[in-house]
Amino acid sequence: MSRTHVNCEVNGDAVDFLTEDGESLLNALRDELGLIGAKEGCGTGDCGACSVIMDGRLQCACLIFAPEADGAAITTCEGLASADELHPLQQCFLEGAALQCGICTPGFLIAAKALLDENPDPTETEVRYALAGNLCRCTGYDKIVRSVLEAAVQIRTPA
Amino acid sequence: MSTTEAAASTGTNGNGASGYRWVGTRPVRHDGLDKVAGKARYAADLNLPGMLYGHILRSPHPHARIVSIDTSAAEAMPGVKAVVTGADFPEAPPKGATRNLMCTVIARDTVLYSGHAVAAVAASTRREAKAAAEAIEVTYELLPHVLNISDAMADDAPVLHDNLFTRGVEPRPTEPSNIAARTVYERGDVEQGFAEADIVIEREFSTQAVHQGYIEPHACVVDCDQEGKAVIWASSQGHFKVRSATAEVLGWDTSRIKVIPAEIGGGFGGKTTIYIEPVAALLSTKAGRPVKIVMSREDVFRATGPAPGAIIKMKVGARNDGTITTAKAWLAYENGAFQGMAAMLGCMCVVSAYTLDHLYVEGFDVVLNRPVNVAYRAPSAPAAAFAMDSVVDEIAERVGMDPIDLRIHNCPSQGDPTPYGPKWPMIGLRECLEAIRDSDHYQSALPAGQGRGVASGFWFNIGEASSATVNLNENGTATVITGSPDIGGSRASMALMAAEELGLDVHLIQPVVGDTEVVGFTDVTEGSRATFATGMAVVEACRDLKEQLRKRAAKTWDCDVEEVEWVDGSAVHGPGEQEPLTLAAITGNAKRTGGPLGATASLNARGAGPAFSVQVADVSVDQETGRVTVERYTTAQDAGTAIHPSYVEGQMQGGVVQGIGWALNEEYIYSDDGNLENPGFLDYRIPVASDLPMIETCIVEVPNPSHPYGVRGVGEVGIVPPLPVMANAVADATGVRISDLPLSPPRVLEALTAAES
Repeated sequence: MSRTHVNCEVNGDAVDFLTEDGESLLNALRDELGLIGAKEGCGTGDCGACSVIMDGRLQCACLIFAPEADGAAITTCEGLASADELHPLQQCFLEGAALQCGICTPGFLIAAKALLDENPDPTETEVRYALAGNLCRCTGYDKIVRSVLEAAVQIRTPA
Repeated sequence: MSTTEAAASTGTNGNGASGYRWVGTRPVRHDGLDKVAGKARYAADLNLPGMLYGHILRSPHPHARIVSIDTSAAEAMPGVKAVVTGADFPEAPPKGATRNLMCTVIARDTVLYSGHAVAAVAASTRREAKAAAEAIEVTYELLPHVLNISDAMADDAPVLHDNLFTRGVEPRPTEPSNIAARTVYERGDVEQGFAEADIVIEREFSTQAVHQGYIEPHACVVDCDQEGKAVIWASSQGHFKVRSATAEVLGWDTSRIKVIPAEIGGGFGGKTTIYIEPVAALLSTKAGRPVKIVMSREDVFRATGPAPGAIIKMKVGARNDGTITTAKAWLAYENGAFQGMAAMLGCMCVVSAYTLDHLYVEGFDVVLNRPVNVAYRAPSAPAAAFAMDSVVDEIAERVGMDPIDLRIHNCPSQGDPTPYGPKWPMIGLRECLEAIRDSDHYQSALPAGQGRGVASGFWFNIGEASSATVNLNENGTATVITGSPDIGGSRASMALMAAEELGLDVHLIQPVVGDTEVVGFTDVTEGSRATFATGMAVVEACRDLKEQLRKRAAKTWDCDVEEVEWVDGSAVHGPGEQEPLTLAAITGNAKRTGGPLGATASLNARGAGPAFSVQVADVSVDQETGRVTVERYTTAQDAGTAIHPSYVEGQMQGGVVQGIGWALNEEYIYSDDGNLENPGFLDYRIPVASDLPMIETCIVEVPNPSHPYGVRGVGEVGIVPPLPVMANAVADATGVRISDLPLSPPRVLEALTAAES
């Protein structure tokens, strides 16, 4: 089977990979690039566990064909932290106990980053609607929402 | 919607009042960084060199005889390395739990539900595996099917198992049926109880099957070698169970199998069993290559879980002063295709939050053409509580009593008999009721147009077998190895208990989940047991270590060990003639005082503390659409002692929201031809963030005297009250009492419309 050569930028690095037609960006990230942070919870765009930011937009990587990523800039959960510091969202999730099993956590972090990039001072309701595409079965969302609101405060008012 | 500040948690722990240095504090969990950085490895995240992908072919029919399976076309397809069918597995015994497990993993001569595994393929790519599986030709002879309790219990129902005769009926039935078992609990004389009552309320309730809904589909990688050894990487609630169950299905000795626990992406009871590991093992054996199987979400819905639907008839009597005089209950629970014990558990739970002199509870476990039940957080208790606490709410209304006061009036205490036999040990139901009664939520006026509901819930909790090994490292740190997978923060709990025992900073303790070859046998994580039972093993190992540390100090000081005390992480010389020796000083010198320090404890934990939760919610109901909106929610739960309060709150909140989903939206919907019509998260709608307010928590702490720190176990009971809480709140808001779940918009609208006309 012929494979397509895809060039893109992932977490700031220029990368390329070969992919079969019809393969999802999610499988390409996980299998070709070894970036396992994005998870497949449903494969139908209903759970948000595979959330990535592609060219500034929040997307479900399971719904994007890998060749569509050619030329795109993609941020995954692995791209949030710097070498010596976690992203405030990551730190607030840890301190706020916003994860239990953790399988949905990378997707929530990405969806929350997409929200705060657009709206640095969201209300609780805005956070809840922005995260409505991400399913968490463990937490009841309470500590996730609180942690996103706390991270927003920290990002707006750096120490 | 409540504000963040107003909804701040009000747990009684985490404030240092307990006198503990570490227990009750809220450190960042040890495995947290990997999980927020995307590095944590769940089962589907592992790839091995030369690995193949497995795909399982599933029955499209709910009940059929397998006439023949032709795999020749599949075997000839590109990339295919191995194909297996039921014929490749050992023959199943004619009946019993082993047969049920074996025939759930792969069907033999009969498929019993749509989604039942029939055959499997391993191929070089996912697509090749899927295409080849679909090329397997299965010839079925269709059999009549039954999908609900009433049909399955009917005299002329198609029978799933011709060797299933109802247990618990005298004389033993001569004809097989779908009623696997009848369970009865009785005490006193219910007729006398009804005669003593001023009011008697009789109602019938129904709940629907729901799925545990963990976000991580079942996944495993299995690598079998030429010597017959298998290494399994799997996501489960207990890797020793994966080992024993896989061995049981394959007829292998357990020593052939090593199971390495991957991180688990949610279980809630649904990962206490296995589905795919033996299939991957046989494929790997045949192909001589590692095989990975990852279920699709559709397969997860069609072939795993669910928690059963139930029909429950309640008749309850009470006096005008609010005393409940008697209860008579009839419960029937779906079991799925093979016998379980859902109704038995329902019988044990249904009236457990109440003191009753007279009761008669009768339950029926019913098999039908649906996937086999698996545990889901306090299994069977939510439906039972829905029935009882709906009726109790009606009683409170009829006698004009506050529903919390009525529950306190009928509340069991230590020494009272449980409905199922033994006496209650120390329990915290009354304290939970009082916590809700005194909460800001319950004391606040109900906003106009809303309804308020309360309910209570019970769950047993269990002990079982656990092991732990604690090693002290030469630099004064500790490694705590247990056999319990970390589902929701148990590593942190283990580390906190070890820190408290050893007097060591919790950050100097590394908690590890060990595989089946590095730590002693540990039962599956169920019954809210990990922090309770595995925690006991950790504490026991640490106490052993403290003895060793005292001996090493005595040796160093050349004194009697009785002169050495262990205080705040240091050996202290009682007579005061020596400077204290820190743990690090002792471990650093360990080679000269007798060698490395380590201890192991393995135990059967006894004395699990029963769990209770009491909850209150305010809801509004859209009169035009029937949509129920949860406006405010507060839960109180007896944790015994909260080791890590944040994760106790998390268990409470998560359980509540799963219960809200069960009450308001979730249900398995089958077509008449026996296929699940909503096998995905779009049509099987679990709660999302925008559906909910903050879930206010109140951790009640009535310590369990059987645990060194008073732990009860907090994982399950939170899911029990939300079903009746929602029903009672909707009844309060609308004046219409609905006894069939879920309270989805169409059902609520229908009930409102019917009430109007």
